[in-house]
Parts: sequence; C-alpha cells; structure tokens
Amino acid sequence: MREDPAAPLASRGPIGANPSFFDLVVSTRPEALPHSTPGAAAVDGLSHGTTVLGLKFAEGVVLAGDRRAIAGFSIDDDRMEKVFVADAYSAIGIAGAAGQAVEIVRLLQLELEHYEKITGDRLSLEGKANRLGQMIRGNFPLAVQGLVVVPLFGGFDERRAEGRIFYYDATGGRWEEEDFHATGSGGRAAKSSMKKRWRPRMDRAEALQVAVEGLIDASQEDAATGGPDPARGIYPTVVVVTSAGAEELGDDPVRAAYDAILTRDAGGPS
Amino acid sequence: MSFMPYVPPEQRQKDLSEFARKGIARGKSVVGLEYADGLLLIAENPSATLHKISEIYDRIAFAGVGKYSEFEDLRISGVRLADLRGYSYHRDDVRARDLANAYSQALSTIFNQQFKPYEVEVLVGEVAEDNGRNEVYHILFDGTVTDEHEFVAMGGHAEQLTEAVRTAYRPGWDLATAVREAVRALSTAEDRDVQPNSVEAGVLDRTRAGRRKFRRLEEDEVSGILAASAT
Repeated sequence: MREDPAAPLASRGPIGANPSFFDLVVSTRPEALPHSTPGAAAVDGLSHGTTVLGLKFAEGVVLAGDRRAIAGFSIDDDRMEKVFVADAYSAIGIAGAAGQAVEIVRLLQLELEHYEKITGDRLSLEGKANRLGQMIRGNFPLAVQGLVVVPLFGGFDERRAEGRIFYYDATGGRWEEEDFHATGSGGRAAKSSMKKRWRPRMDRAEALQVAVEGLIDASQEDAATGGPDPARGIYPTVVVVTSAGAEELGDDPVRAAYDAILTRDAGGPS
Repeated sequence: MSFMPYVPPEQRQKDLSEFARKGIARGKSVVGLEYADGLLLIAENPSATLHKISEIYDRIAFAGVGKYSEFEDLRISGVRLADLRGYSYHRDDVRARDLANAYSQALSTIFNQQFKPYEVEVLVGEVAEDNGRNEVYHILFDGTVTDEHEFVAMGGHAEQLTEAVRTAYRPGWDLATAVREAVRALSTAEDRDVQPNSVEAGVLDRTRAGRRKFRRLEEDEVSGILAASAT
C-alpha cells in the first residue's frame, strides 16, 4: 500500500488516499477474495439463493427476498437471508450462488463504510450502484463457471430526494429501473405479479403487500422459491429505504402484510 | 554516497523532539474526556470540513493535533487497519489497543529513521460496552504511548488545557455539561472565547443504536448547548 516516497509523483498513479476497501483487499490480501481457476469446469451442488424483488413507492423503495436456498433439487436452507441493508440509505438483494452472494454483500457494505470513513462523505447513490457493478464484473470469471450472482440494488438518493432501483446482469451491466424489478429463478413470476399490482406512488403498507404478494406468486410458480410459512414462522426478508434511512423490517409487519393478502383473497377479488 | 557528520544519538533525539514539539505547539488543541455515556473528543477547529476528530471503527475514534497532512495519513492508515482486521476476523476483534500499538510502532519508526519526525500527537479512544472501562491512548510523535483515564489534553496549549480540565472535571458528567466544560477549558487555555462555530466535537456514545457508536456533534447542537449555559 505504501508508495515509494522517492519516486516522482506522476509515476505513482493517482495521488491521495484510495477510498476503496475492495482495492485495499485486492492489493493486500488477494488470497481472501474468491478467484477462479483457469480452465476449471462448472461447479455443481452449491447452494443457490432464489428470488429477490424491489419496487418503488411514494417514500422510497422496498426490497424483499424469499428465504429459500437450493442445491440441485434439494432445499438447502429455508431461512436464508438475501436482502441486506448496505449502508444508511441503501439496500441490496442478491440471487445466485449463495456463498459468493454473501461475500459480495459483505464487501459492498465494507466498501461503502470505508469510503465514508476515509473521505468523510457518503457516496452518491449512483456511485454506490456503479461500484457494485464493478464488483459484479470482477466476479465474471466465476460466473462463467456457474457461480452467477445477480444483485438488485436500491436506495434513497439524498441528492434527488427519491428512491431508485438498479438491476444487474452477471457481467456487471447496470440498468436503472423506473418502477419495479425482480431477479432470480422466481423473478419472472414475481414481475408478472407486480405488473398487475404495482401502481405509482403507493403508500408504505400497500408497497409492502405488493412485495410480499410478488414473492408468494413466485413461490407458487417456481419450485426454488419459498413462500411465507406461518406454521414455522418463516417470512420474507424485507428492507425499506426512505429519507429516514434503511430499515430491515422484522417478521411482524411482513406477517401483517401476508395476513392482509389472505384476508383480501378470502373475501373475493379486490 | 553522501557524507553525514557524526551527531551523538542523544543530541539527535533531543533536536528531533524539540523540532516536533515546536511544530505541535503551533497548532490547536484537542481534549478527550469520559462522560456518562462514553467519550467526548472536542477541539477548536476553524474548518468545518478538515477534521481533527474522526470515526475509525464501531467503537473507536481518532483525534489528531499538529500537522494536518501527517495526522490525516495516520487516520487513513488506521481506518484501513481496522477495516481489514474486521474483514479478516470479526468486527469484535478490532480493538483500540492494537491500533495504538500500530501507531506507536509507525511513529517510532518514522522518528528514528526518517529525515524528520511527524509533528503530531494522536488519541485513540474506545468506548466500552455497558459499564466496562473505556480505553484512551495518547500517542506522541516518537511513538510513546500512554494509557489515559478520565481526561487528556494535547496540542498547542496542552499544559494549560490539562490544568483547566483538571480543576473542573467530575466523573459522570452528562454530554451537555461535558461539552460546556470542555469549551470553557479550551477558552481558558487559549485566553480568549472559543466560538461555537469553531468547535469540532465527536462522541463515542455507547447508548447509540446500531453498531457504529461514533457521532459528530453538529454546529447547531454545540451552539444550542453553549447558548443554554450562557443564560
């Protein structure tokens, strides 16, 4: 990390402290990061996380994910978390190879916190989204071997005072979504569900219901997506980001949204 | 090869120390003190953006006096050390004592091997959980570390400031009293009134929700506290 003080300034690359934690790990502890083996075949039998979705509402964004992880045809875990608070004003949901996904989330969280501490400022929301794209691109050699991770990133843009959602592909390509998006194996079903239910500028309670319903619909269409399971107390993970910050909702509000959907459906079409 | 005249080691150490002390004495001061809910770090700083006081990790804060570029270098290295350690092991494994040792080693090496020593002193504070013991380390330009309790002052008017804080200090102050008394001590040491808009303050508040306990006191909050005491 320390540059040769005798070398001329211009030959040492950019001046000043690099605020990236990812770069710091790459330069000091490269062995700690996942890397691919050239020529290796695709890896089978690893845990995969399935469906995450995100949508905008009046105050910001909601990100939600089901709790199932699968390995081949078996269920690996029914309580996995795939949606996380990334920093005070953003959240990340991630589908794909579970081990890889969790590591990318951890690195992103550290990346944002490290930047904030080194520079004394938070990154802009777009800056965070771009940084995540670069990290996903760095994972591309592993994606080719089957360890694909596809995140969904959402947050509250403090400069524009609105919620924004970004989605990615395995190459690190990054696109902004205007209303809602879902990714993972149940993503298609979740999207169809939200297409019917989502409206611009919904309130918080409604947004939560649309998100939970999207996951229920995904779980009914996709074997790899787990639906809410009241008997075992398993509910989707939901993070809401507004101007007040990012907050992981506990089971109670999510259960309430789930119950509201059941009541509505029992009462006939709404 | 360049020719270096012989200088006795005692003389060299003395000259370097004197040089570093002079540099530090030209700058402003920082006070660190324990209050009811944690640690308060407070300084006179005319700049609102070039900080003397910063967050290093969840329970650890940093304060530096002397040459900005040099203590900023130490601060950044400290954040890197802390974040890398937390990533490699666990967040609980990042401790102020390790950081203080690292600073001590680095400053000692710089003092003994480089052309000139760093003209800085730094504080590393860690707030304890619940009623545990807070840790505060004061590290000098030559790598000397001292473990401090209750309060510590460093920088331009360190001696006067220590005296002023010593006469006022009572354990268990609430935040407002701590800020008020610290600003009063800074004013006494400087022999003029330190204005609220040039006070920089940060706290490690153990009652703060979440894992990051550091919080900067905004100018409004400091002015509010000082205005309340004036009436």
